[in-house]
Amino acid sequence: MALLEIRNVTRCFGDFTAVNNVNITIETGEFFTLLGPSGCGKTTLLRMIAGFDLPDSGQILLDGINILGIPPEKRPIHTVFQSYALFPHMTVAGNIAFPLKMAGKMPDEIKSRVKESLENVRLTNFADRFPHELSGGQKQRVAFARGLINHPRLLLLDEPLGALDAKLREEMQIELVNLQQEAGVTFVFVTHAQNEALALSHRIAVMNHGNVEQIDQPSKIYSFPRNRFVASFIGKTNMMDVQVLEATSSHLKLIVAGLGEITTPSKEGVQVGDSGTMIIRPEQVQIQPYSKEAEVKDHFRGIVHDYLYVGDVTTYIVELVNGIRIEALLPNSTPGRVKFFEVGDSVLITWRHDASTFLND
Amino acid sequence: MRVLFLMIKENTNGNRTAKWLMIGPPLLFLLIFFVVPSLIMIVTSLRYPGEFGGLAPIITPAGKVSDGYGLTLEAYQFLLSNSLYAEIFLKSFGVAAVTTLICLIMSYPLALLITRSEKRFRNLMVLLVVLPLASNFLVRIYAWMIILGPESPLSHLINTILSVLGVAPLTLLFSPFAVLVGMVYVHLPFMVLPLYTNLEKHDPVLLDAAQDLGATSWQRFWKVTWPLSLPGVFAGSALVFIPVLGMFAIPEMLGGTGDILIGNLIKDQFLGTRDWPFGSALSIILTLAVLSIAGLTAWFTRQSGGMKYAE
Repeated sequence: MALLEIRNVTRCFGDFTAVNNVNITIETGEFFTLLGPSGCGKTTLLRMIAGFDLPDSGQILLDGINILGIPPEKRPIHTVFQSYALFPHMTVAGNIAFPLKMAGKMPDEIKSRVKESLENVRLTNFADRFPHELSGGQKQRVAFARGLINHPRLLLLDEPLGALDAKLREEMQIELVNLQQEAGVTFVFVTHAQNEALALSHRIAVMNHGNVEQIDQPSKIYSFPRNRFVASFIGKTNMMDVQVLEATSSHLKLIVAGLGEITTPSKEGVQVGDSGTMIIRPEQVQIQPYSKEAEVKDHFRGIVHDYLYVGDVTTYIVELVNGIRIEALLPNSTPGRVKFFEVGDSVLITWRHDASTFLND
Repeated sequence: MRVLFLMIKENTNGNRTAKWLMIGPPLLFLLIFFVVPSLIMIVTSLRYPGEFGGLAPIITPAGKVSDGYGLTLEAYQFLLSNSLYAEIFLKSFGVAAVTTLICLIMSYPLALLITRSEKRFRNLMVLLVVLPLASNFLVRIYAWMIILGPESPLSHLINTILSVLGVAPLTLLFSPFAVLVGMVYVHLPFMVLPLYTNLEKHDPVLLDAAQDLGATSWQRFWKVTWPLSLPGVFAGSALVFIPVLGMFAIPEMLGGTGDILIGNLIKDQFLGTRDWPFGSALSIILTLAVLSIAGLTAWFTRQSGGMKYAE
């Protein structure tokens, strides 16, 4: 049985639909991420799981039992808040002990479990410090320890890494994954940072305007986005408006205005004459110097319009003959070299058919 | 004063003249209107009273016996020798403590209510709390004399109920009860305001976190709201306790003959009995008591972590 089941949940604030008929099933032990831009409804959904808000319709089941009638303090679900929400008048040890005290555990048990927990998050020497005496990363670890100590069935994390700088954030991501594996607790993680979602999650639900656009594993979400929103929200992507020329069980033949024919993998329900979008990721686009002999089928001629050097890779923006600009990524495998092509160079670009995807409008 | 000295210390690199220009006026004000009067009071308390009030000269006039002139600890000895004065001190402390406690119990829910009201109503509610201060203090006390007086509807109502129950009628005015009512009424805003200022700063997410981690509403109050509000509780208590301790107008107007507090005693020494040294000794003891309470409050506030997480 699924651990958490969100069934047809809708939540409106006046005319605004924050969460629109959402269905999500989360399995025990999963690291599940709700990903979307701000205002997409992910935080509202999280608050409903925690019990701070109630859906207008629909059900939320934990272990098969409807928990909507249960107040937050009685739900075996804990939350790590974005601002950490550490109690400023309690020490680190006091903060971590709080859930155990509320649960009425014996002082001896509390003491030993807090000690163990402090070791897990490497804060043993900070037990008697107050939150304002800690760094951002340390506060973060206290918040994790406090959320996990009473073994909740579910730990909700509301953009917990949002307040940290980039370097620390990466360290905390690794720590978070380790903590989740050690504790064996199911995580529901809310974020608007797509790279964080891809790096941490077992599965991701991409949300927009209160709707779930796609639920899948990170690699599937990235490689096979189900619609334009998912494709553009997760990572960088090239898009072209296309029309279906031929639809078979093995492939689709598409026509791009002013460019020619391209082929993509087949897709169910697509019919000849459909219009839509062809998407291809920049790192899938191959780029080579132009030569007459090389300009064969599926190779398109263009001119380097601009390039962007970011250290590990350089992104080339190539303008094709029909005016469409395509981004192509090239790893900088030669030390000291910033670019392989100059602005204005004639180049050819191409990509593997199976790397591209057709999306209906 | 301490704050002023801290300011000097922190700005050691700044312009000295600018510093003194800034802190000079308040320092001068305190010197003239606090330090000098205090010294005058101390000296007065060590002198003999004059024959017809005022003070006897320090230097023995020619042709008189030296007895009754010069400096003496007589006022303090008299204060300590008579247990009546200790009783009045204790009673004053008792009234101040009870007033503070009632104010706290009445103000806390009100301050919480204001804090948790919609933002646009909050300022209005605070205004309503402060509004009584806009009318004259004496007028308000006279109003209470009427409200508690024997012919007031309130007295009639209470005594009607009592007579139905077969209890003898009560006089509300000129009683310890009336004094307490007046004290609480006058000082309530001074408890509400610091409490509200403190509670308003609490991050509401802390209560969400406590609830999320299993705390019931009762536990959320005692484990989060209350300890975080202690600086406000101490500030409000000091603002009520200290003025009540020296208050003489309310006991005089609303209290009976037996409801005399230190304030009344001191006033009597200067205006009635005309024993200035004894009145000065009483007020010095009162000042010392108030200062030690203020010191204790500051210490408790620091102990409860008020300084630490006030940022």
